[in-house]
Amino acid sequence: MTDIAKLPPGPLGSSSQRAVIWARKNLFNSWFNSILTLGSIAALFWIIPPMIEWGITNATLTPSIEACREVTGACWGFVNANLRLILFGTYPYDEQWRPLLAMVVLVGIIIGSLGAVPYAGMRKWIIPMWLVGIPVIAILMWGGVLGLTYVQNSYWGGLPLTLILSSIGIIFAFPLGLLLALGRQSSMPAIKTLSVVYIEIIRGVPLITVLFMASVMFPLFLPEGVTIDKLLRAQIGIILFTAAYLAEVFRGGLQAVPNGQFEAGNSLGLSYWQSMRLIILPQAMRLVIPPTVGSFISMFKDTTLVVIIGLFDLLNTVKLALRSDPAWTRYYVEGYAFAAAIFFLFCYSMARYAAYLEKELRKGEQR
Amino acid sequence: MKMKTILAAGAMSVAAIAANNAHAGAALDGIKAKGFVQCGVNTGLPGFSAANAEGKWEGIDVDICRAIAAALLGDSNKVQYTPLTAAQRFTALQSGEIDILSRNTTWTLTRDTSLGLTFTGVNYYDGQGFLVPTALGVSSAEELDGATVCVEPGTTTELNLADYFRAKGMSFQPVVIENINEATAAFFSGRCDVYTTDASGLASIRSTMAPNPDDYAILPEIISKEPLGPAVAQGDEQWADIARWAQIAMLEAEEYGVTSANVDEMKGSDNPGIQRLLGVSPGMGEALGLDEEWAYRIIKEVGNYGESYEKNVTAKLGLERGLNALWTEGGLQYAMPVR
Repeated sequence: MTDIAKLPPGPLGSSSQRAVIWARKNLFNSWFNSILTLGSIAALFWIIPPMIEWGITNATLTPSIEACREVTGACWGFVNANLRLILFGTYPYDEQWRPLLAMVVLVGIIIGSLGAVPYAGMRKWIIPMWLVGIPVIAILMWGGVLGLTYVQNSYWGGLPLTLILSSIGIIFAFPLGLLLALGRQSSMPAIKTLSVVYIEIIRGVPLITVLFMASVMFPLFLPEGVTIDKLLRAQIGIILFTAAYLAEVFRGGLQAVPNGQFEAGNSLGLSYWQSMRLIILPQAMRLVIPPTVGSFISMFKDTTLVVIIGLFDLLNTVKLALRSDPAWTRYYVEGYAFAAAIFFLFCYSMARYAAYLEKELRKGEQR
Repeated sequence: MKMKTILAAGAMSVAAIAANNAHAGAALDGIKAKGFVQCGVNTGLPGFSAANAEGKWEGIDVDICRAIAAALLGDSNKVQYTPLTAAQRFTALQSGEIDILSRNTTWTLTRDTSLGLTFTGVNYYDGQGFLVPTALGVSSAEELDGATVCVEPGTTTELNLADYFRAKGMSFQPVVIENINEATAAFFSGRCDVYTTDASGLASIRSTMAPNPDDYAILPEIISKEPLGPAVAQGDEQWADIARWAQIAMLEAEEYGVTSANVDEMKGSDNPGIQRLLGVSPGMGEALGLDEEWAYRIIKEVGNYGESYEKNVTAKLGLERGLNALWTEGGLQYAMPVR
C-alpha cells in the first residue's frame, strides 16, 4: 500500500520513469504479484498471437465455401454470406428494410430516453417518445396498413427480435417490479402476501421453465380456438420473470433509505405516494443503479433462451444460418463469435451508461 | 422425472382437447377463410426444413405444405411457417396454432392415438445408424462391444442405442452431449469411437463436418424404424384426406414419370392413370372437395416426390434414395392409386 502522498514531492521525472514507478507500485509490489504479472504476460503471449492469426491473418471474408476451405483461419465469409439471415432471420427478404428501420427507431428511442434520464427537465419526454415509438415499430414490423404487406411474427427474427424482446421487457418489468417491491413492504397483509408469493414463486423457477410453460402448457388451458401469439406469450413470460428480480433489487434500495426519511415525509404531512415519489424513490433508485443494470444485462442475454420455444433471436438465427446449407455447419465458431461480439457491444454499452449515470446523479453529493 | 410429469400432463390435456375438437370441417373452413395453410416446421434441419440465405423455408417437409396449399388454395406460396421445437410441436397442432405439422415426426402408435393426431403419410423413411472412423477397423455394429458412443440426448435415439446393445448382450459407454456441434466435434476429435443418430443425420455429418469424409463409414445396421411424416389434428377428416392425397399425388406423379417440366405435355397422355391424376378425366378433385386441377398444380409448382427429394435431400445432404426409392426400384415409397 504505497500512497501517492508518501512519494517524494516535486516533479516525478520523465514519463518512462513514471511508468517504471507505476509498474513497481502496481505490478511488482510483492513477490506474489510479480509472479502473477509475469504469468499473465506469458498467458497473453500464448493466447493473443494465435487468435490474431486465426481471426485476421489467416482468415477470409469472401462469402464462398470454396474460399473458406482454402484458408486455415476463420471463415468470416460465413457471416458475410448470411449476414441478412443472421440479422433479420426469416423476415421476407425484400421487406427487410422494415425491421432495419424499426431497429433504428428503437435504438434511437432508447438512446434518447437514456440521455434524458439525468436531466429532470427532459424526463417528461421519455414516456411520449415510447408512446409514439412503439406503434411505429409495430406498424413497421407487422405491416398490414399503409400499403405494407402483413408479416406474421413467426417470421420475425435476429437482432430486431432480440432488441424488441429485451426493451419491451425492461419497459414493462420496471414499473411492475417497483410495484411489487412496494407491495412487499406494504403494511396491508393481502398485498404483502400476494407480492411475496409472486416474487418467491417466480424466483424459484428458471426462466426456461417459465418460457416452456408459456409456450407448451399455457395454450392447452385456453378455450378451443383461442390462441395467444407465441411471441406475446414469450414476451409476457420475460416481463413477469424480470419483474420479480427487479422487485428484489428495488427492495434493497428501499431498505437502504433510513427510516428517518419516511418519518420526515410523514411529519411534513405528505401522503404515502407523495413521500415515495418525492423523498424515498429518488434516493432508493440512485442506490440501485448498478444492480438494476446488472438485471437488465442478464435479461438481455436471457432473451436467447427463447430458442427453446422456436423463436429466432440473434443467437438462434446464427444457428439458422449454420443450417441453411450443411456446408456452412462447420463454421459455427465464427457465427457464434459474431453473435458474441454484438451481444458484448450492447451489454458493454449498458454497463458504461450505468457508470455515467451514477456519476451524473451523484454530482449533487460531490458539491 | 419432473419433465416427464409435465409432458404426461401435457399429453393428457392434449387428448382432452382433441376429444372435444370433433366438429367436422372446422379445420378446412378455417384454412379457406384465412387463405393460407399454417405449417409447423423444424427450426432448422437441412434437407427437411431449413431457411435458405434469403430466409425462405426449404426442404421436403416444407414441400408437403406447399403441395397442400397448391391443391387447396391454388397457390403453393399460400403457406405461413411456424418453426417449432420438438417439445412444442404437438401442442401447437392441438391448440390450433398450426394446421399441419410437417416436421420430421416419427409415426408411432401412441402419437397416433393418445396425442390425438392423424398421420397422413410417410415422406421419409429414416432409421438410426452408426458412424465410425474407418481406422477403427469395424465393419458391423455387432463388433462394437465396449465402444464409447457419442449420442445426443433425445427422445428415442438414446433408448434405441441402449436397447440394441442390451439385446446383443454387448456393453457400451455413452457420451451424452446436448449440442450437435459439440457432439460431432467430440466425435471427430476422437473423444468417442462411434457416433449415433438417424441415418440421414449421419450422412450429412459425414459429408459436411468430417475433416475427410473418406476416413469415416456408416455401418450397415439400422437399429430403429423412423417413418417420418406429416400429421394433422384429429377431427376434420376431409382436411386429413387432402393432406394425405396431396402427398400421394407427388408420389403417383413420380411413378408415372410426370415432372414439373413435362406436366403440361403429359396432360395429352393416353394413360388413363395420368389422365385421372391431372384431371383430364374428371372425378378425383370432386371426390376430395377440390377442383380437378389440384394435382396438376402440385406437380407444376412443387414437382413430384423424386424432384423434391433431389432438390432438397440429395442436393443438401448428398443422400441417395435408399429406402425412399419407389417400390418399383426396391424402395418403400408406394403411392395409393388415385382412382
